[in-house]
Amino acid sequence: MILMSNIKYLAGVEGISNAPLTPYSDEVCSFAASLSAALLKEPEARKYPDVMTFAFWCRKGNIAAKKKKWDERDEKRLGRGLVFQIAPSNVPINFAFTYMFALLAGNATIVRAPSKEFPQVTIISKKIKEVMEQFPAIKERTTLVRYPADNELTEKFSLMADARVIWGGDATVTNIRQCVCTPKCIDLVFADRYSFCIINGKAVEETSDELMKKLAENFYNDTFLMDQNACSSPQMLFWEDATEEAKERFWKAIYDFAKSRYNLQAASCVDKYTKMCQDAVGKPEVEKEIRIENLIYRTVLKKIPEDIANFRGNSGYFYECDLKNRDELIGVITEKIQTITYFGIEPKELQKWVINNHMRGIDRIVPVGKALDIDVIWDGYDIIGMLSRVIETI
Amino acid sequence: MSEILERLCKISPYELKKEEKDEIYKRALSELTKHHYETCPEYKKILDAIGYDVNIEQASEEQPMIPVRLFKEYELLSVERKDVVKTMTSSGTSGQKVSKIFLDKENTKNQTKVLAEIISSYIGKQRLPLLILDTRLVLHDRNMFSARGAGIIGFSTFGRDTAYALDENMNIDIKSIQEFVEKHKGEQILMFGYTYMIWQYVVCALREVGVRIGMENATLFHIGGWKKLRDQAVDTLTYNTSIREALGNVKVYNYYGMAEQLGSVFVECEYGHMHCSNYSDVIIRRTGDFSVAGFNEHGLIELVSLLPTSYPGHVLLTEDEGEILGQDDCPCGRKGKYFKIYGRIKGAEIRGCSDTYEQH
Repeated sequence: MILMSNIKYLAGVEGISNAPLTPYSDEVCSFAASLSAALLKEPEARKYPDVMTFAFWCRKGNIAAKKKKWDERDEKRLGRGLVFQIAPSNVPINFAFTYMFALLAGNATIVRAPSKEFPQVTIISKKIKEVMEQFPAIKERTTLVRYPADNELTEKFSLMADARVIWGGDATVTNIRQCVCTPKCIDLVFADRYSFCIINGKAVEETSDELMKKLAENFYNDTFLMDQNACSSPQMLFWEDATEEAKERFWKAIYDFAKSRYNLQAASCVDKYTKMCQDAVGKPEVEKEIRIENLIYRTVLKKIPEDIANFRGNSGYFYECDLKNRDELIGVITEKIQTITYFGIEPKELQKWVINNHMRGIDRIVPVGKALDIDVIWDGYDIIGMLSRVIETI
Repeated sequence: MSEILERLCKISPYELKKEEKDEIYKRALSELTKHHYETCPEYKKILDAIGYDVNIEQASEEQPMIPVRLFKEYELLSVERKDVVKTMTSSGTSGQKVSKIFLDKENTKNQTKVLAEIISSYIGKQRLPLLILDTRLVLHDRNMFSARGAGIIGFSTFGRDTAYALDENMNIDIKSIQEFVEKHKGEQILMFGYTYMIWQYVVCALREVGVRIGMENATLFHIGGWKKLRDQAVDTLTYNTSIREALGNVKVYNYYGMAEQLGSVFVECEYGHMHCSNYSDVIIRRTGDFSVAGFNEHGLIELVSLLPTSYPGHVLLTEDEGEILGQDDCPCGRKGKYFKIYGRIKGAEIRGCSDTYEQH
């Protein structure tokens, strides 16, 4: 029996349609634009930078640009039908992006919103609900729902779905995959990933004070903004061609930027200090530990660890290592590695390096500051492509 | 016993004033830090990584802190394993990792000696009839035997003719208590127990059946967390008053200590202040940068003890919050710092996309 009292419908319908639309259909594009306009006008929404990021992302011009790029494929496609999605439970905004991705691909979608009541989720669902009144085709293809994790609804929705999109890391993916789905259903899963940053020391030394501040802001947004705990937040910094002065300059800039902005919790200070001691004892790669107050912890490694994905910190705890030759990294890149953020390095060069070395990991190569910019290509997936089907004629 | 400890044991445990204490601690702690550096490889790795030089004498505030959780992650010994005579484990709730503290003969002896010095300064040197406000079972049941059982055994050395207030099912044994009180009429009675258990299984239990025990002259020492009591809005005054309503004329002393630093405990005086003895010190750290907080400033509690020799636990960063109220000038007359504890810091709420589904 499904306990109805635990279920909260945030927007959309209970009896959802499963008839597909074409990707980037006019209805969906107009809906996205209207939702964007409504959010940008809402004073409550302006309080949350992540809501603004989302609103900005689905504005008319941005979606139109994506549609244009999509149309270059010159394929005839339809959505898969009904997509059931589990949003990550501690990132408020992802549910909104993943909702739009499924719609843009031409699907109806059931989204399980985070069980925690984030104000961002409330604000966005309220706007979706309002705006969709003018878009009946969207309304009948939308179910935004919140219910406890171990609910039988997950089983019910899985059996209805043509595709499942599972966010939330290894544990969630494993858990949801235990729910039976129909044989034809595909799963798009977002497992735990690891990301790092490569910085050219010379570039840091040569950059102006003003650009240094910008770099610090970008690095802050990649890391501190999500407590450094998103899959695409860098955990480790690899330095190329870097003097101690360059590193000092970099960290000083980060410190100056983060000091007044980051809400450093008392427990995080103890956690970071404890982790520093644990690393000193348990990780033979550690050369030294540098603490900039309790805001930034730098665990400096004397060599590249083989199990790099186990070197994880959060809330401003970083590992760093000198890279004499970039190729030293080849052996440690596994399928776990997701994003490289770079500064002072040519991205095409990195892309070529990944491809020519037949690497099993690294799906994203983005400048410092763009680590968290979620989009229709994510984790190496072409999300719109995967959530739609090709109608072939020969 | 080190020369410093021997000297301190000759004076009353609350006699050292600031200047003298600072001087002694600088020397003693620097020696201890060097000792652990030379004998505990894990400790050495930490000090090497942070670039700490053990050959320079440093004041207490400059000594490297070991976070208490490290004792849950690693087995930290500054003696040969064969010389360990006792391994203390902390009373972690089920599922949590427990701390392991390794004691050799010397360290054990010093703990016992110092605890005796401190407690006897409150109750005198003679052994008193002892009523444990707990169940006898805690000593026999291997599952229960942890810091709880060890605390009782440790305290039993101050008593004689020991009786237990709770039966095997944790029910209050009013008959035994009354017999014990009757038998020791006219004598000073000593009691020991754990803060919350006393509240629940003694105070509330007696209240429920409407029985009051009329002790004429008793002293209670209790130790343990206040979280559950605070949740029920029970403060020290309410607690102490309720004890007296339930048991009679009882002097109530709360004390604070960790499995990681047994022996050099902190006792709350008649004015409600926790006191450092000659054997221990407290430093409050600001969370943002771990700089030393001033008096009456909230921060993380760092505990310093002169006792730990067989494990590197002489300078510990706890996960409790507190503040220093003053030094050398408590109206109770005891010298040294006195402070207040606010309890465990709130766990960090971390954002991020890789969450564990089951927890939500």
